[in-house]
Amino acid sequence: MFYREAGQFKTSYAADMAIFPIRQDRIGLGLILVVAFVVIPLAGNQFLLNSILIPFLIFSLAAIGLNILTGYTGLLSLGSAAFMGVGAYACYKLSTFFPEVNILVWILASGFVSSAVGVFFGLPSLRIKGFYLAVATLAAQFFLQWCFARVPWLYNDNTSGAIEVSTHTLFGLPVTGPNAAPATRYLVVLTIVAGMAWIASNIVHGRIGRMWMAVRDMDIAAQLMGIRLLRAKLLAFAVSSFYVGVAGALMVFLWLGAAEPEAFNINLSFLLLFMVIIGGLGSIVGAFLGAALIHILPIALRALPALIGLNLGSATIEQLTFMVTGALIIFFLIVEPLGLARLWRIGKQKLRVWPFPY
Amino acid sequence: MKTTKRTLKILSGAALALALAAPAFAPAAAEDSIYVPLFTYRTGPFGGSGTPIADGMHDYLTMLNERDGGIGGVKLIVDECETGYDTKRGVECYDSVKSKNPVIVNPWSTGITLSLIPKAAVDKIPILSMAYGLSASAKGDVFPWIFNPPATYWDGLSEILKYVGNGSLDNLKGKTLGYLYFDAGFGKEPIPLFQDLSKDLGFTLKLYPVAPADMQNQSAQWLDVRRDKPDFVVMYGWGAMNATAVKEAVKSGFPMDKFISIWWPSEADLTSAGDGAKGFKTLNWHATGTDFPALKDIQKRVVDAGKSLAPASEVGQVLYNHGVYNSMLIAEGIVNAQKLTGKKVVSGEDVRRGLETIDLDAARFKALGLEGFAAPFKLTCADHNSHSATFIQQWDGAKWDKITDPIPAAMDKVQPLLDAAAKSYVEKNAGWPARTEGCDNKS
Repeated sequence: MFYREAGQFKTSYAADMAIFPIRQDRIGLGLILVVAFVVIPLAGNQFLLNSILIPFLIFSLAAIGLNILTGYTGLLSLGSAAFMGVGAYACYKLSTFFPEVNILVWILASGFVSSAVGVFFGLPSLRIKGFYLAVATLAAQFFLQWCFARVPWLYNDNTSGAIEVSTHTLFGLPVTGPNAAPATRYLVVLTIVAGMAWIASNIVHGRIGRMWMAVRDMDIAAQLMGIRLLRAKLLAFAVSSFYVGVAGALMVFLWLGAAEPEAFNINLSFLLLFMVIIGGLGSIVGAFLGAALIHILPIALRALPALIGLNLGSATIEQLTFMVTGALIIFFLIVEPLGLARLWRIGKQKLRVWPFPY
Repeated sequence: MKTTKRTLKILSGAALALALAAPAFAPAAAEDSIYVPLFTYRTGPFGGSGTPIADGMHDYLTMLNERDGGIGGVKLIVDECETGYDTKRGVECYDSVKSKNPVIVNPWSTGITLSLIPKAAVDKIPILSMAYGLSASAKGDVFPWIFNPPATYWDGLSEILKYVGNGSLDNLKGKTLGYLYFDAGFGKEPIPLFQDLSKDLGFTLKLYPVAPADMQNQSAQWLDVRRDKPDFVVMYGWGAMNATAVKEAVKSGFPMDKFISIWWPSEADLTSAGDGAKGFKTLNWHATGTDFPALKDIQKRVVDAGKSLAPASEVGQVLYNHGVYNSMLIAEGIVNAQKLTGKKVVSGEDVRRGLETIDLDAARFKALGLEGFAAPFKLTCADHNSHSATFIQQWDGAKWDKITDPIPAAMDKVQPLLDAAAKSYVEKNAGWPARTEGCDNKS
């Protein structure tokens, strides 16, 4: 009913292989983009933009990155927060060395630094798999965080040990620093995230994505079919770390404005992993859904008691939020172990055949 | 079965009625009120330290509301936001309170302070980071919106070292000092001063960093302490780190009277280590206990009246009184702002002027019901800190005893560092605005 495909004929191979083969899907995506690019910046208040949407987009980008590694290639990583840190510190160093260069250039360039570090720490993945690899990436997490705290060159010898972001402009408008309007920062983040999500979706649907999935499903079989494991796995680490690194640079430059090494601790790695698992392994939409559940749900829950007029203490609300979020995560995992993305797909299928399920 | 259904119906009806009626009881943000957000943390690994401070801050302001009907006849809306000592949550709290016209922000975390410092001048909301945060922000001519009285971490270190050297830094020659610190911004800040002094004065410095993730596992550090046998150990710790350090010190038999901390350990940190913790010393700048009219008012009107989350025994503890002192500064800033502008409902800009003109002499402390609570001090436009003298207090197993007179900071050592740090901050943050705010006390 809602999804009536009748009359939509595919007349070319390209149309048959499209990521969104159904017209309604394309219209829906267009609507979402219009809302995100036009309606929200015009109508959203500062809190919505600053504390809900900007972090949500940044976490989504990081989750896409981790999903490439864990969801598509099957390599478990607990070092994603550290790779976010590499992106952030690289961007900080580059932007203080060459302050005249446009900050967007450095945000994207810092992804390559993170990429290189990711490839280095990805080398053991050729020999070790599964939980053992998770432990190896844990070493990356601790080592890199140690570097952020211990190497004064990385934070320009600030006595506070933190990195601070100064004002940078884009087309004459400040995009970082205290003077940047939330709407400007939101639009910059949204553009980068939308663009990179589009690229990621193309990568995973193409030859490279298929290669990764073959490695994930059975690496020996993949090798026998002629996929070079070294290249496939390191490429996954490189692309994944690139995404995660850009997300880290965005987090410090366009959201927090300053960061201590503690901002990239193991908890953030776990959060990203939860986003990927709850959202759905091996799904780009899943990364967005997972980020929404992990980041936006607690904020909504915290706002709830005040909305219905219950005057609970802030600490009580905090504890309740923890409990309810935890319970919901377990609920979703029981209802659909394959993640929210799978629920989304089932929902779409149901709508497609409604009202005559067969 | 029928009864259960009916009970359910009644219950759900009651819940609905409650939900509908409750907004009527919730405090409405009226025009004639002043909104004071408090960033607190009662949960997480730092909750043990954060809770008494949150209670102290909350209870003093609530007491003002109950006793005086607010400040200058204007009610204060006291609103807590839980940060969990997490910078991301702190920034979220800041964004959520910003639209409600807060007159001041207390981040209660060095990380959150650093994120908010650049925003203060833009959003016109002053930041009060009482004895923490960025030390360089003591320079009001560079950081007009940031206040960090009554002393910086550098002042604190120089005061501890003077005490160790029996009143003079020169006596430190040949000694070995250990520095056990929280390996993040706040614990690392004193290191440059410590290292310079060690070179100038000829004492040996041993560093024992404690990573935030390892706060509760300090056996490695204390093994090093046992090996190095420092004459004194100086500690800059927070949260679970303090309690663990004291326990480890007791376990490794380190003489407690040679173990001196900055002003953050609490009673709970020491009682958990048992009798062995006797003799432990910390810096402090105000009294503990409840022997002050203002604190008696808090007990009577807030704690006993059930308007506080604090258990009665917590009132008067050192961190609780830190919170009270913090709120006293907020209130004083608002009072001064009302005096300066003649307005009753003041804004963040007015409170910035109010804080800059704080002049708490003995008579003013007496008027506040806090006679003898802390040493008098005064802020100026150039000095947002006052670099107050602080005293050493010693733990006797049940309470703190003040064992020295206030020790003044070694300003000849601290001032150059402050100037350099402020200069470097401005250089690194290209486009840092020069001070344009006027000055109400030119003295």
